[in-house]
Amino acid sequence: MSVQDLEKIFQDAIDSEIKIEPKNWMPDAYRKTNIRQISQHAHSEIVGMLPEGNWISRAPSLKRKAILIAKVQDEAGHGLYLYSAAETLGTSRDEMINDLHSGKAKYSSIFNYPTLTWADMGAVGWLVDGAAILNQVMLCRTSYGPYARAMVRICKEESFHQRQGFESLLVLSQGTEEQKAMCQDAINRWWWPSLMMFGPKDSESTNSDQSMKWKIKRKTNDELRQQFVDMIAEQIKLLGMQLPDDKLKWNEQRKHNDFGEINWAEFWAVVKGNGPCNKQRLEARRKAHEEGKWVREAAMAYADKKANQKKQEAA
Amino acid sequence: MNIQIRKFYYGDIPEEKSSASTYKTEHDTTAWPLWEIFIRSKQGLDHKHVGSLHAADAQMAIENARDVYTRRQEGVSIWVVESKYITASNPEEAGELYEPAVDKIYRHPTFYNLPDEVNHM
Ligand SMILES: [Fe+2]
Ligand SMILES: [Fe+2]
Repeated sequence: MSVQDLEKIFQDAIDSEIKIEPKNWMPDAYRKTNIRQISQHAHSEIVGMLPEGNWISRAPSLKRKAILIAKVQDEAGHGLYLYSAAETLGTSRDEMINDLHSGKAKYSSIFNYPTLTWADMGAVGWLVDGAAILNQVMLCRTSYGPYARAMVRICKEESFHQRQGFESLLVLSQGTEEQKAMCQDAINRWWWPSLMMFGPKDSESTNSDQSMKWKIKRKTNDELRQQFVDMIAEQIKLLGMQLPDDKLKWNEQRKHNDFGEINWAEFWAVVKGNGPCNKQRLEARRKAHEEGKWVREAAMAYADKKANQKKQEAA
Repeated sequence: MNIQIRKFYYGDIPEEKSSASTYKTEHDTTAWPLWEIFIRSKQGLDHKHVGSLHAADAQMAIENARDVYTRRQEGVSIWVVESKYITASNPEEAGELYEPAVDKIYRHPTFYNLPDEVNHM
């Protein structure tokens, strides 16, 4: 069969909402785009554990500590589901980890911002997980089967992440003057970086068209961002807090909120590695990998020894 | 009123020193094999494929599967199979494999028109 024929069969399957599975023929670019996107997504889950892990030992109560540990543990699982999905496309875990550690692979820039107060844990859950969830809900219907299945699993676990974050802020918003100020301060710092999570504007985004045609993505960056603004603009009223944007206003004609311009210079600076914590995050990942090396080796040696013992017993 | 928010920069501070470009990656010779994980969600139901993970041996695969796939009581039993032992059918042979069943509609109960009076059949 010619490549054109194969491509037609492939696109027909996608157009009729049939999932692409690992052993199906797929264009090279589809494979590559998925490997890049899924591995980036996996890296984000793993690096995303760092800013929150930072507060586990300083959580204000046992209850909050247990919740935070559960959430961070979920994120580790999300990383695993996604790495496994990427591996079905022919890349290896080793390769992906190397690309992360060398700086070749990207992860979500949001995790390059520091978490400075306890209120940040609430703001991260509510805004950062909230933004991630919109993207992830869309990806439950992505065209590559293993990716879609990983997302379904992830979405089931995610919903508590956003809820615990909002609830934690709600408690602060009803607390002392100092706690209220902390709550507002965290929202101020996390609002704009959360909006940036949806990526460049549609007019600037290079991969968008092809990804939409292949149904890897089903909504554009701007559509998702607007959805997020509309959702948060309502929820913040319950907190009695303000979003740090004086252009934020309901537009009756559009039936959406208008909002101010993102600082794109900052966006690109962080993407290119010059955010507040880029270096620190990468170093933490490399350190964990290097210091865990003897454990991986020891486990493998032990497994080999046991397998040999079994063989001898059988002989 | 003057409110001071205490910010904790330790443990999560931006750092100036860069080593991003000098980092050398090495191929990991310690890579653990891949395992496919099957979970029985409830007594009486089939084990169902849920995903895969890396582990040094079967015991570790079960323990890791417990940690990632049953944190919310999703399972009562776990099977693990090293991925290399799974043989999958080829999608290109889908025609020869599955098409012969397409025109055998008489294998379905709905093929048979019976009088309304016949119950429980
Ligand atoms: Fe996650
Ligand atoms: Fe999350």
